[in-house]
Amino acid sequence: MRDSNSPLQQKFAALKRRAREAWEALRKGPLVLVGAATCGRAAGALEVLKVLEEEIRKQGLDARVVEVGCMGHCYAEPLVVIAKPGFPSICYGYVTEGIARRLVQDFLGGDDPCLEFALAALEPNELVPAFSDFPRGQVERAVLLEKCGLIDPQDINHYLALGGYGALVKALSLSPEEVVAEIKASGLRGRGGAGFPTGKKWEACRLAPGEEKYVICNADEGDPGAFMDRTILESNPHQVLEGLAIAAYAVGARRGFFYVRAEYPLAVERVKAAVRDARAAGLLGPDILGSGFDFEVEVFQGSGAFVCGEETALIASMEGRPGLPRHRPPYPAEKGLWGRPTVINNVKTLAYVPLIVERGAAWFRGIGTPQSPGTAVFALAGKVVNTGLVEVPMGTTLRQLIFGVGSGVPKGKAFKAVQIGGPSGGCLPVSCLDLPVDFDSLAQAGAMMGSGGMVVLDEDDCMVEVARFFLDFTQKESCGKCTMCRLGTRQMLEILESITRGEGRPEDLELLLELAEDVQAGSLCGLGRTAPNPVLSTLRYFREEYEAHIKERRCPAKMCQALIAYYILPEKCERSCDACVGSCPVEAIFTNEDRLKVIDQQKCVKCNSCMEACPPQYKAVIKLSPPELVRELERKGGAK
Amino acid sequence: MQKITLFIDDREVKAPAGRPILWLALENGIYIPNLCAVPGAEDPPAACRLCWVEVEGYPRPVTACTEPARDGLVVRTRSPRVDRLVRAAFELLLSAHRLECSRCPKNRACTLQEIARARRLPLRLVRYRKLARDLPVDNSSPAVRYDPGKCVLCGRCVRACRREGTGILGFARRGYERRVTTFGEVPLARAGCSGCGACALACPVGALTLKTKSV
Ligand SMILES: Cc1cc2nc3c(=O)[nH]c(=O)nc-3n(C[C@H](O)[C@H](O)[C@H](O)COP(=O)(O)O)c2cc1C
Ligand code: FES
Repeated sequence: MRDSNSPLQQKFAALKRRAREAWEALRKGPLVLVGAATCGRAAGALEVLKVLEEEIRKQGLDARVVEVGCMGHCYAEPLVVIAKPGFPSICYGYVTEGIARRLVQDFLGGDDPCLEFALAALEPNELVPAFSDFPRGQVERAVLLEKCGLIDPQDINHYLALGGYGALVKALSLSPEEVVAEIKASGLRGRGGAGFPTGKKWEACRLAPGEEKYVICNADEGDPGAFMDRTILESNPHQVLEGLAIAAYAVGARRGFFYVRAEYPLAVERVKAAVRDARAAGLLGPDILGSGFDFEVEVFQGSGAFVCGEETALIASMEGRPGLPRHRPPYPAEKGLWGRPTVINNVKTLAYVPLIVERGAAWFRGIGTPQSPGTAVFALAGKVVNTGLVEVPMGTTLRQLIFGVGSGVPKGKAFKAVQIGGPSGGCLPVSCLDLPVDFDSLAQAGAMMGSGGMVVLDEDDCMVEVARFFLDFTQKESCGKCTMCRLGTRQMLEILESITRGEGRPEDLELLLELAEDVQAGSLCGLGRTAPNPVLSTLRYFREEYEAHIKERRCPAKMCQALIAYYILPEKCERSCDACVGSCPVEAIFTNEDRLKVIDQQKCVKCNSCMEACPPQYKAVIKLSPPELVRELERKGGAK
Repeated sequence: MQKITLFIDDREVKAPAGRPILWLALENGIYIPNLCAVPGAEDPPAACRLCWVEVEGYPRPVTACTEPARDGLVVRTRSPRVDRLVRAAFELLLSAHRLECSRCPKNRACTLQEIARARRLPLRLVRYRKLARDLPVDNSSPAVRYDPGKCVLCGRCVRACRREGTGILGFARRGYERRVTTFGEVPLARAGCSGCGACALACPVGALTLKTKSV
């Protein structure tokens, strides 16, 4: 390593000193942080922000309001953190405009921290329980998301003050080979889905012949329901940019690109601002901090097709060609953008890089499992109490994640399965709950890490319908270039549709399984090769549910419309109530001679309105499957 | 270029390194089903998924059009896994193909028929459902007739039209809706088709056929 008084170090020290001064000046007075990433904005964070600023002005208080990124507790958005000298930093959830005014008047104006609105404190203290004191705090570990929600993503000084760009400076004082070796030693695996070792990819690109090389940050994030990459770019873009610069230095690239979905306007804006500010600070551009390393970054907006996240399709679309995947090898590391050696890494992968360079490979290996070091970031969704972003060490079990962090299934329903890895992930049943979450365990169980989508399913979810739903997505998103994916997924979808309609044939299950295996083995790109996962995993763990649909025309979860009927239990119907009758859009409910409500099955469109309308104290409307059960019950009822 | 030796179905083949196995096999009289590959073209589309072979030491079958020849490779054009994938891809193509061989101008000269014969595959749907697509026949060009319902999306006509014709053919739409068509999906005649017939000569099936046999 070059000596610590090199011009590089001195220039950086000056930058950092100025940043720290600005940061400390900001923290001297009371500080209000508002989580205003896309998730926060959707819940009204910008309105809350306006009220906070207005109220502070009205009261003539000396407090600064700062717009920060996502704090991770998306279920309780809008979120506000108040850091007032003399108090711990407290996070408030579900903040309305009214609560915002109270916080200003009582806490900033007075000395009442309004604990009735507090979620938790950021750090352990005497006054309020901290996030780490809750059960989920025992499981979670913020590594990637460490600075998200604590800094202003639009102010490079915040990132610098907390040590940002120190890793780039450190990398620049090492040889590129040493940087590659450090990443290899860390065992970092790509977070774009497949878990390919990042160091190996960088090495291949470094060794590939050619003067001109490129690095690309893949921020296409096309999975519906996934928003980790967006959140990181919106909350802390400089960390990803720093990772990209380190990657460029390591492989010998002088140009880099962000490929961001055009549907992520805020992320695009923040990344552009980050590039501009870093360049102005001399941390990008020609001869970075006098090190002799040149690096320019451009932002490219992707058109949004799911398959464009696949690396060869992404490159094609950047080159102005249709976004279709091509056969690999050659891999992009040898022949990528404009035929030049190119490293493509996911947003999260790159965001780990500065942390690894700064803290060392051994530190990184100390988190997670030997084969999958580091943390995993999931977007927890579906039938789970706490939805939102979670970051846990690899190796955490599904049970800890869903029940510890997510607080389990709401409304007292039973957990049925968890769908992991985005639309081409797999569904894992109760028996897999103690499975550790890491690349290899998930793949073995028939799911995958994928993009980090995690959808919890409960007893009301039909697994055949879930498989059909995801296959419908991948089938629509198939680019159509190769036979297996274009027609294979279509055939699979047709079979699944007929099963959910109750028209499945006994031989369909074997055919479906065979087809799924053929599409998996024979498709051109990862989309087709993983698309069968939802089908294969549900066939593996929930085969009896498929069989019930085919052999008994019965949907055990009572979800498939064609296989259910609505029925009003005579013993529960409170004759004088008309709620269901009024709710029915097709006048299918009539009152019989006993003043009981009865559904005319011929007219019923199974819209579920009556079930929702029936007052909870009666709960007289039920679903039956197979639908023929209604006739049996009506006969019995009549005989009574 | 450096010559190397490899083995295809136990036959010793000498070849320039890097040449795709598909062509080496075909040149040596060993048939491998294929639709989308074009000799000499760079970057094979590898789209039809028919040209499967086993290479000793590889975990799973690979497409021969993309597999470069290397010294000492041991290649097999048949195995249970290869046959299964070929059968799947072939029947999938049939499931979206208007099957009317006896009335088709391409009868007896169709590559689908050739594959069926070579691999003893039936020319009808056995396992899969018929995927009906109501794509109208385009009869507007004086020289060629285009039946998109028979197109297997190999892309050979697109390439031929670009090189020898007026370059009006291209792919449009995605997924199951993907099709060969003109810009704006207008009939051939309105798109500026010169009637050179290159597309029909390139088409391996009965999707693009010449109206007269004289061209
Ligand atoms: C259909 C499909 C969609 C993909 N979408 C994304 C995506 O949105 N973001 C991403 O980082 N990788 C995506 N990938 C994976 C990329 O091809 C590539 O492997 C990844 O960007 C490499 O980065 P990593 O090594 O950091 O994981 C996708 C792959 C497939 C097959
Ligand atoms: S010839 Fe190889 S995939 Fe079509």
